[in-house]
Formats: sequence, C-alpha cells, structure tokens
Amino acid sequence: MRSLGWLRLPLALCMLFLYLPIAVLVVMSFNGGRSAFTMDGLSLRWYTKLAGNGDLLTALGNSLLVATGATLIAVVLGTTLAVGLARYTRSSTLDAYAMAPAIMPDLVLAIGLLAFYSLISMTLGLFSVMLAHAVFGMAFVVAVVRARLVQADPALEEASRDLGAGALTTFRRVTLPTIAPAVIAGALLTFTLSLDEFVIAFFTNGPTTPTLPISIYSMVRFGVTPEINALATVLLLVSFTVVIASARLSRRTEALDE
Amino acid sequence: MTDLISSTPTGRGAVERSSRWERAALLVPGLGYVSAFMAVPVLLVLSYVFFQRGRFGGVVYEFTWDNFARAFSPTYRAVLVDSLVIAGAATVLALLIGYPVAYAIAMLPDRLRTIALVLVVIPFWTNFLVRTYAWIVLLSNEGLVNRSLERIGVIEDPLTLLYTRGAVVVGLVYAYLPLMILPLYASISKLDPELREAATNLGASRFKAFRTVTWPLTLPGVLTGCIFVFVPSLGNFIVPELLGGGKFVMVGNVVRDQFLKARDWPFGATLALVLIVVLVALFFVQSRVSRRLSTGGPS
Repeated sequence: MRSLGWLRLPLALCMLFLYLPIAVLVVMSFNGGRSAFTMDGLSLRWYTKLAGNGDLLTALGNSLLVATGATLIAVVLGTTLAVGLARYTRSSTLDAYAMAPAIMPDLVLAIGLLAFYSLISMTLGLFSVMLAHAVFGMAFVVAVVRARLVQADPALEEASRDLGAGALTTFRRVTLPTIAPAVIAGALLTFTLSLDEFVIAFFTNGPTTPTLPISIYSMVRFGVTPEINALATVLLLVSFTVVIASARLSRRTEALDE
Repeated sequence: MTDLISSTPTGRGAVERSSRWERAALLVPGLGYVSAFMAVPVLLVLSYVFFQRGRFGGVVYEFTWDNFARAFSPTYRAVLVDSLVIAGAATVLALLIGYPVAYAIAMLPDRLRTIALVLVVIPFWTNFLVRTYAWIVLLSNEGLVNRSLERIGVIEDPLTLLYTRGAVVVGLVYAYLPLMILPLYASISKLDPELREAATNLGASRFKAFRTVTWPLTLPGVLTGCIFVFVPSLGNFIVPELLGGGKFVMVGNVVRDQFLKARDWPFGATLALVLIVVLVALFFVQSRVSRRLSTGGPS
C-alpha cells in the first residue's frame, strides 16, 4: 500500500456512510415483530407477506414489461446509431445530441413527455412509459457502444468490405462480434435504469398500471413498515447481482482485448 | 462527403453511393427517436412559458410574461433561493466527503481500487426510493441514530432529525455521492504523482503542494462532480418530500405540483426552465475551465 496514511479514515467513514443505511434495512427486514425500528426476534414473515402482495407483484410485472420493451428499442436503435456515429460521421454535435437524453434532468424530460403525449392525445400507460424509458436507455447504449467502436480497428471492417462482403454481412460477421460486450452492457444498463426509474414513469404513466417504483413510492409515503424493508432487501440483492455481473463482464472483455 | 470512412485508395463510386444510404439508415432512426421523444417534447413544454393556463388545465396559446413575473414573485423567489441553498449545501458536503475518498481510492493498489470503486457504485444502482427510505428508518425519533445516542447517554429525549433541512441535505448527499466520487477519482488518478513530489522537493509544504498543484489540476473533475450532484439535487422532489416531510419545498416539488395537481403547466414549465438555465450555465463554466486547463493558458 502506498502512502495512504490518514486517508484510510475518510475512506472507511465513507463506506460506513454508504452502507450503514442499507445494512439497517436488511437487518430490520428479518424482524419477527411488527415494528420497523425495534428487532423482536428473527423471522421471514415479511418476506412471506411480500410474496403474497398481489399488487406489488403486478407492479413488478408491469416494470419488467416496460424494461424489456425499452431495452429492445434502446439496443436496436442505439447500436445502429452508435455505428453510424462512429463510422459514418465525425460530427461531435450529433454525438452530443444522441447522448443528451442521458444528461437531461429527469424532471424536465418527464414534463416534456407529459406535454407531448397530451398534445398527440396518446393514452398514458405502460406503452408511453416504455417509449420514454427507451430514449434515455438509447443514449446510454450509444455511449457504451460508440466508445467500444472508437477503440476497435476500423481496418477489419474495411478489409471485410474490400473482400466483397456487403454492409449487412460485414455488420453481422465483423462489427457485431466486436461490439457485442458493449451492446450487452448497454442493454443491462437500460434494463436496470428502467426498472428503477421513478420520475419519468410517475409523469407518463396512467393511473391503473403502476410500475414497481410507483408502488414503492405510494407505500413509502404512508410510513415505515418491515414489509418495505423486506422489499428493499430483495431489490438490493438484485442490484448487487447486476453490478457484480457487469463488473465481471467488463473485466472479461478487457482480458480478451489483451 | 469527406467525412465518410473510405481510407482505401481505390475510388469506388458505387460504394460511396451505397454508403450514403447506409449512413442514413444507421443515423436517421436513432436521431429521429431522440428528436421525437426528447427534443420536441422538451422544446414544446418550454414554449409553454410564454402561454397561459386554460381554465380547466391545458394551455391557451396566448402570449404572456405573467409566468416569469410569478416565478420571481417573493413566494417563489424564496423557493428558488431555498432550493439553490439546499442543493448547494449538498454539493459542498459531497465534495468535502468525496475529495479525500476519491484521493484515497486513487492511492489504493489495483485490486483494492477496483473493489472500492464497485463498492462506491453499488448504492447508486439500488432503487432511489429505497435509499431515501433508509434514512427515514435511521433518522426518525425511534431510529438508529437517536437510539444509539440515548444508549451512550449523550441525549435523553430523541433529537428531531427527520423532517429537517439537514435531513434533506443528508438525503441528497447520500443519493448523489457516487456521482461526485467517480469524476473526482478519474481526475485524481490521471495526476502524475511526480508533479506533487517535485513541488514538495522544491520546498513547498504538503498543503501548498496540494493548493498549487493537485487542486488546480483536478479542478475539471471537481466541477464535473459538482454539476453531477447539484443539478439532480436541484430538481429532486422525492428527498424533500420524504425526508423534509413536505416542510421544505424545492423547485422540483413546485414543478411536480403544477403539472400533476394544480395543472398550471405554463407556470410549472417556467420553473423547469430555471433548472435548464442553471444546467447550461454550469456546463458552460465547466467546459471553459477544462479548455483553459488543457490549452495551458492562464489559470
């Protein structure tokens, strides 16, 4: 260890700050009693209750549907756009434009889409949320895939074209295998972001089809219960898995490059 | 069409022509989607700032400056100032925590560094509402913080921690701290340690070496981190609602209420415009600073 010295302290405190609230939630979720604050023996009762909460499961289903649709749109449009930006133009303005939805404050995008949907008289529901999530998902896919394409050697694609392969064949046999890890990373990113996204969904959803974050929001507003703690623990577990899986994935692709 | 990639020397008109089609086929759907679902909607809603609300919600397309007059009336000016103060406090606090942490991570050996970075990022990938909710559990009267303080005898009656301005600030710091640490880390890890050593070898104190070498060179990262924390903090309405108990109204809360409850879209859009203006101004400053630094001009 180089001269970390007293810097160890802020690092340790920061980790405590980041993980103490999470740890408290996880511990409290195994509470045998009904309080969200005092432990009264260990049990899995809140997880059983959670598994029987039909509304929440419906909301989870809605969220999965939205996230899947948004990811499909984002991956198809984002990948083609990234190839176009990296190989067919050198316009930094277009780059910025394509990635703008990722920087746009969610509240501004949310009210914009609400106004837009209302202007074109689109029924608000899961479909309108999906279209909205796809636009910022696409920006992330573009960012990740474009970065990968810039690293990759364009000579491979040129060689393929020179040897008589058409645009589609070249894309399928040469470009796609190169960018595949980035496409998967972008898809994972979009899926997770969509699953967690609250603000835009809150504005562009109809009243009858809540997504999971919207259901969590209405639960959290009405106070603290061990059931929410259990739900939080499940969600934490999912995020941990996804982050670690994607970290592994990116490390493996880096290893392949060497 | 000079920007097409055709580094092969043989001129081939057919390929050039077909690549024009390829270029359109690749660029148009994606850029069209961004236009339809971001550019047009955002410009549409921002155009409402010049119009009036309809009697039953909706927008009447008659020009007016009234929305601006109202946005800067004493009531809403207070909300704006309060939001800037709360978001500013969260940003400063995040920087004070984030800088030494990012520095420490940059000093770690490779393997530990990756682990530390993953650990910093994980909370960011967990549901925002859940993370904010965790602080309700910690800060309420029967929460862990009050309990612990009572047990060690510092206090007898629980402190009011929840539903305070401080709780809102802490909630925002907690929510966006990773967004501060990551750009700081990127900036610090690029730093050449020999520069700092040279400064200290030439007799500068460690503080002076930091102030004159490390800090100016990491300023772009500092600014990026501050933007990443300040901008979403300013537009946040969940943290003020859940941890401020509705007592501290921020711009985001007003925008939300104008759109979903009061249905005064033009006024809501006017306040949202403030968010965008702040965002653009900050990015402008940031790009100026980084450019000045990379061209080696006066700093």
